[in-house]
Amino acid sequence: MGLDTFGKGIKRREDPRLITGKGTYVDNMKMVGMAHAYILRSPYAHARIIKIDVAKAKAQPGVLDVFVGKDMEALGSIPCGWSHPGLITPKHPVVAIDEVNYVGDPVAVIVAEDRYIARDAADLIDVEYDPLPAVIDLEKAVASREQARVAAAHADVHHAGAHHDEAAAGEAIEQTVGAEVKAALASQEAAGPHLVHNEAAHNTAFTWTIGDKAKTDEAFAKAAHVTTLRIRNNRIQASAIEPRAALASYDAASEGITLWMTSQNPHIHRLLAAAFVLGIPEHKLRVIAPDVGGGFGSKIFVYGEEIIVVWASRKLGVPVKWASERREAYISDAHGRDHVTTAEMAFDAGGRITGLRVKTLANLGAYLSTFSTAVPTYLYGTLLSGQYDIPTIFCEVLGVLTNTVPVDAVRGAGRPEATFLLERLMDTAARELKMEPTAIRRKNFIQPNQFPYQTAVALQYDSGNYEVALDKALEMVGYADLRKQQAEARKQGKLIGIGVSTYLEACGLAPSALVGSLGAGAGQWESALVRVMPTGTINVYTGSHSHGQGHETTFAQVVSRELGVPYENINILHGDTETLPYGWGTYGSRSAAVGGSALVKASQRVREKAIKIAAHLLEANEADVELVEGKFQVKGAPSRSKSWFDIGLQSHLAHNLPQGMEPGLEFTAFYDPSNFVYPFGAHICVTEVDADTGQVQIKRFIAVDDCGNRINPMIIDGQVHGGLACGIGQALYEEAAYTDEGQPLFGSMMDYALPRAHFLPSFELGHTVTPCPHNPLGVKGIGETGAIGSPPAVVNSVVDALAHLGVTHIDMPLTPEKVWRAMNAM
Amino acid sequence: MAKIEIKVNGKARKADVDPRLLLVHYLRENLNLTGTNVGCDTSQCGACTVMIDGQAVKSCTVLAVQADGSDVTTIEGLAQDGKMHPIQQAFWDNHGLQCGYCTSGMILTSVEILKHNPHPSEAEVRHGLEGNVCRCTGYHNIVKSVLAAADAMGGK
Ligand code: FES
Ligand code: FES
Repeated sequence: MGLDTFGKGIKRREDPRLITGKGTYVDNMKMVGMAHAYILRSPYAHARIIKIDVAKAKAQPGVLDVFVGKDMEALGSIPCGWSHPGLITPKHPVVAIDEVNYVGDPVAVIVAEDRYIARDAADLIDVEYDPLPAVIDLEKAVASREQARVAAAHADVHHAGAHHDEAAAGEAIEQTVGAEVKAALASQEAAGPHLVHNEAAHNTAFTWTIGDKAKTDEAFAKAAHVTTLRIRNNRIQASAIEPRAALASYDAASEGITLWMTSQNPHIHRLLAAAFVLGIPEHKLRVIAPDVGGGFGSKIFVYGEEIIVVWASRKLGVPVKWASERREAYISDAHGRDHVTTAEMAFDAGGRITGLRVKTLANLGAYLSTFSTAVPTYLYGTLLSGQYDIPTIFCEVLGVLTNTVPVDAVRGAGRPEATFLLERLMDTAARELKMEPTAIRRKNFIQPNQFPYQTAVALQYDSGNYEVALDKALEMVGYADLRKQQAEARKQGKLIGIGVSTYLEACGLAPSALVGSLGAGAGQWESALVRVMPTGTINVYTGSHSHGQGHETTFAQVVSRELGVPYENINILHGDTETLPYGWGTYGSRSAAVGGSALVKASQRVREKAIKIAAHLLEANEADVELVEGKFQVKGAPSRSKSWFDIGLQSHLAHNLPQGMEPGLEFTAFYDPSNFVYPFGAHICVTEVDADTGQVQIKRFIAVDDCGNRINPMIIDGQVHGGLACGIGQALYEEAAYTDEGQPLFGSMMDYALPRAHFLPSFELGHTVTPCPHNPLGVKGIGETGAIGSPPAVVNSVVDALAHLGVTHIDMPLTPEKVWRAMNAM
Repeated sequence: MAKIEIKVNGKARKADVDPRLLLVHYLRENLNLTGTNVGCDTSQCGACTVMIDGQAVKSCTVLAVQADGSDVTTIEGLAQDGKMHPIQQAFWDNHGLQCGYCTSGMILTSVEILKHNPHPSEAEVRHGLEGNVCRCTGYHNIVKSVLAAADAMGGK
């Protein structure tokens, strides 16, 4: 393949091993003497643990030991990695001690010779629970807060009126206020005096706002038209096909532990596990993430299970493995989304947006997961300008605790929620204002000459050209014709819908100083080490982690271009904290933009030094030596040249280096970008709704995305396909639903509906290229765009198909039942 | 314990197993054939698909003792003489995988699809794959791979 691979859709080098069954996933691994851990989980959403009897389980042949929360009491709380002012962080024990807070909360750990024995023994554990009322519904969870707010407002009014005769009125006020608060508390009591954690009043972990409230209120007061929507963004599950797994091996001689786990960010896992939970020096823990079967967010976070295996391996002196079952995955992997939002958009008489006001209840679940507090705030509230020039925005988010599985980032994280809300508002407003859905968008797009564009919600967009992407999508779908066909079909009683959505996302998570100022407990740079071997081949070590994204291929394409070394001679290594420089991992579409840029930086340093060595060997001036097609040659005298082999060898032998030069040829670079990257695009979905059953069938899906420069178009397209399937899954099928008592209704893949091959069409993709102006590759992210742009395109399409029947909105997922009820106005 | 004899990828393997041992665990744990993956435990995802006597079967719902006397092919047995099976090759050529976890099952299911219908339409491929879940690819390139394999195999 040689030197010329950048920008080409070359086949992936990681595939042969995966296609032939030679991948190394964590659960494939075995060690001598290895034991299996099985975790007994709470069947209650909320209960006190009265007592746990493990004697029978412990006595089973083949059981090494059984542990409960008290045994692990000395461990730290599982940390939340992102803080807000005033954040309430309930203690999150690795294994529950006195109280369980969701169905799935770990209660006991059985370690046995094999997984069958461990599971059997779990049945013999006797746990006595005292069930407590559970808080499940988001609005009910914070109802007492609203009541208290009303009471407080009343009290203020009384206070203001009482000024002239304070002494006399004092007592009366006390009584009035007291009565109101009492009334509020009484009604709260009636609704259930339920708190998930006593320290979080009104079940609220934080209240977060962004934007200018007064200015926004004023825009609404003056608006010619206001569009209002109440939206539920459904709770979903990442559902990587490989369940999470962890295998820990303690070495008594060195007191070191090696932990193989399904991780998207082994260094973050090591840092948080060692420093915050286990309380061991970081260098004693080595985290290795080998082949990982998909992450989609769910493998970013610190969970109790990986701590459990480390703890148990150290305690028992044998390697201990835990491998999640699917049933277990659904109640132990973090969930995603789950917002209830009221959104209002103000317009002037001409259809121009004059303001946006948003109030969101964001479900956090029972505990604060690693990035949970960042998702509904900085990854959501700051995206509320979308592609539009909105003069003023105000957004308030309540982070709400409930007795459900913790909620965190799932593919897109915050950005899909923001885009869904905006794109549903745009379509709804268009209908109310009798405008074409594309016309209202065009009218409000940020124009190319407005970049860099400062939004009303903190972000400064670097570049974009939104109308071009929309035009391309409309052309691909044949929009004008399609609208005609739709009108014809409707005459024949067929319900065809066309849904447009335009999206923008901020990804490539960084810059560190910025995210730090916003509360991140993490740096967001990336590092890379480029090492030239004595024979001129290259080993590249990256802090990014590939779990399906194809870094072994794309990163080699990048380094090949930078160094002029044949693609075949470049080896990409990732996923091991012991051998790699520090890194922050792969999520939020940051690998190419941040990790790839670190590679470029390290490669450039290698090249600079290589040129110095070449000049010395060629007895030429450094300024006269250039790297052309993989050879270092003297300008004007190409026959005088040195190869990478010559340079590599000489740098290591060091027999003939420039005076004072250090031997070796390798550099580590740390890249911290100056801004996020801002991919964008336009998606169009054509659906047909079955008039009898409400079943939605996607007929066509067009996605035009702009991710800047394209390293490997084949891999980019694959990422878009996968993202679209996730987004369409959320729109039509997926929901992690609970009963009012907190029992999950998604116990296995039989209940949680994932999109299957025959649910989906073949996707039609297009792209535009607006290079990122501030990173050396000019790249943006692509992994999440499909999941961001597609849900509103689908819902807009279905509402478009049914609008003439009076349907204005349906909450996701658009199951046949919900659609049928909406079109039959029930 | 129960005695079983199963021919796995052409080799006769004898074992004494717990009667409740699942075939997938027998293959993975006893024989180290870890190319067969477990994704759902309930016959929903197809990651554990193997061929039993030439038929694609989800090995998470078969007991090892039920496979006694049969001929099992796993992903490790599909390539011949170090050469990928044409379906494997087609998956590589067409970017039919990302994380690769569903891939063994997808490929073995595809063997079955093409065996019964050597020239399937796109819709037939999609229906044939309905028992296999992939979270990465959106199926687009998997379908493309199977169609390409059908072409390459020319009806064989
Ligand atoms: S593991 Fe067997 S079908 Fe999913
Ligand atoms: S390639 Fe990852 S699940 Fe299919």
